Amino acid sequence: MIWPDNAALSVLVLSLITMFVLYAARAPMHGLLRSASHALGGSMRLGARWLFGVAEEMKARNKAVLLAQGRRETGQRIEREFERLGLLVTRDLQGYPTLQRKLLEEITRVEEDYKKCGEVPPPPPDWVDAVTAVAKIKTGGGEVVQKILVDIRQSLESIHDKALAEYRRAYQMRHSILEGFMPYWRSLDKTMKQVDKSMAGMQDAATAVDAQMATYKKIAAKSDEAESTLTNSAFTQFAIAGLVMAVALGGAFVNFKLIALPMSEMVGASDYITASLRTSEVAALVIILVEASMGLFVMESLRITHLFPRIANLNDRMRRRMVWISLGLLLTLAGIESALALMRDMLIADKQALLQSLAATPAAASEGWLSRIPTAGQMVLGFILPFALAFVAVPLESFIHSARTVGGALLVNLVRALAFALRIVGNIARQAGRVLVHAYDVLIVLPLLLEQLVHSLRSGGPAPEARPVDATEKILRPY
Amino acid sequence: MRMRTLVASAAIAGVALAAAGCADSRSHAQAVYMLVDNSGTYAREAGKAELVVNYLLGTLRPGDSFAVARVENRSFTEKDIVAKAMFDTRPSQANAQKRAFRDKTDAYLKTVQGTAHTDITGGLIQGAEFLNETGAGKKTIIIFSDMQEDLDKVTIRNFPIRLDNIRVIAVNVTKLNTDNIDPRRYLGRLEAWQKRVTAAGAAEWKVINDIERLDGIFADS
Repeated sequence: MIWPDNAALSVLVLSLITMFVLYAARAPMHGLLRSASHALGGSMRLGARWLFGVAEEMKARNKAVLLAQGRRETGQRIEREFERLGLLVTRDLQGYPTLQRKLLEEITRVEEDYKKCGEVPPPPPDWVDAVTAVAKIKTGGGEVVQKILVDIRQSLESIHDKALAEYRRAYQMRHSILEGFMPYWRSLDKTMKQVDKSMAGMQDAATAVDAQMATYKKIAAKSDEAESTLTNSAFTQFAIAGLVMAVALGGAFVNFKLIALPMSEMVGASDYITASLRTSEVAALVIILVEASMGLFVMESLRITHLFPRIANLNDRMRRRMVWISLGLLLTLAGIESALALMRDMLIADKQALLQSLAATPAAASEGWLSRIPTAGQMVLGFILPFALAFVAVPLESFIHSARTVGGALLVNLVRALAFALRIVGNIARQAGRVLVHAYDVLIVLPLLLEQLVHSLRSGGPAPEARPVDATEKILRPY
Repeated sequence: MRMRTLVASAAIAGVALAAAGCADSRSHAQAVYMLVDNSGTYAREAGKAELVVNYLLGTLRPGDSFAVARVENRSFTEKDIVAKAMFDTRPSQANAQKRAFRDKTDAYLKTVQGTAHTDITGGLIQGAEFLNETGAGKKTIIIFSDMQEDLDKVTIRNFPIRLDNIRVIAVNVTKLNTDNIDPRRYLGRLEAWQKRVTAAGAAEWKVINDIERLDGIFADS
């Protein structure tokens, strides 16, 4: 305090002094604020630009990886379709010459039979004209003539009956030939249907190959559409695989619960790995993980999954051996787990019996075979779950493959968001510098007004334009 | 390929070492030493003592230790231990041991005979010795008594004792006739024991008269 008795005056004088000191330091202070804000904002903008560049690079790399992966997968799919097509051709068209010969034979036979059917019955004999002529003869009432005509009529009737019988026989023969057609027609129909089916199957396979080829072409052309399709497919795969793996984790948890207690019978219940994690629990977990690994090896050896190229590249003999070894181990582990599940039930029952005896309460009456259902259920579960877990390898592979794409896409977005945030903060820093310059001038408003007044008095005219807000504007150039 | 194998081997070795390093070497087992007062009229409370023993048998886990000892004229002797067991780490074996333990203590508690004097301090020293030998991580002495020490003229117990890291729980501390006349005697008795036990380095001192409240003490252990 300058004047301890008069605090207000002291503060006023000190404020004035400070104001004038600040006025004197106006230019360098403006420069400092401006430089600081520029330095901060500039570096942030630089950082943001670099991050945007990194994001673009990552996106390009992701695209390259995604397209390569898509090309490989589509190629494999096309290969499989061609294999199917090859099988179809081998299976159906291999017998096509035989089929064609059979068809031709049947058609020839049918034609021959048809020709036979077309044969007309034998024509009536030539003497029919003679009979007609005789019929025109006038009897004239003579008995001899009348007798002759009666004889002729009788002869004609007998001949007519004969001819009619022959005619009927001929038609019966043609009908029997026509009846003989039926099996050939049926056989023809069947053969034609078979040919039709084979052709339809081949057409379907060819359509599938065409579709895959179209996708392959798009991928090979590195089109955005292909990239978008592959990314969406990867996200879907990721979600589905994640869901299935979550379900599998639930199964693994049930599995863990089944064997954690009985494992304490093997490795002891009082050893701890950490403060709350028992050795028996870790042992149970290890068994489950070993089961999952064996399942993975089975799937790899069967070439259902392709996580380990070394296994996929093994020769067939070695691969078959590996399948049997992994399957054998898996079977053994499943058996052990089933036994452990039984032991768990026995241990719980024993503990229950002990607690009941300690509590001096009568033991609950046994429910006979009903009480054995949970035990049997646990044993079956213990045996089945390891095999069920083996199939986790399939979603695991999808998860790992799609995670690269999903993770890459998310990382790109994260980097972009970071770059955007840096750019915003940089802009805020630059604007803050300007705000601080204005705030500084507000603090020294009195000297600035005085300066303005002096200028106006010197020039004798109206007050000049206000001084530039930024005293360093003339000195410092924005970069 | 060799490099990859080398890296994989190094990773596996690292994980194994990390697992070994993470192994918790502290003992998670607990040991309980239960003193059952045989003196005078308190011998009638043996039925309740049986409940406490059974409760503890139901609560203790494989690997834990448990001993039941009587408090009589002079209790600083192994001969006063009625039953003791370090339960096997295998649950099935531990259950069998618990059954045998219960049979032993049942037989004893049914034939309890009152003694003329009560040497709680001697029992505490004996209990501390037993508990320290077990090497358990959590050690507890349960005193099933009215906490009225009554020594003969020859027995010397007025010296500092050590109960480091042992929690002492007095259970079923019944009131004597004189306590009913002047409750300050009862409260003073408990306070004196608390001071003595705390001075001996005990981790905790607790009085539980309702046996069902033992749940809270051992449930988390």
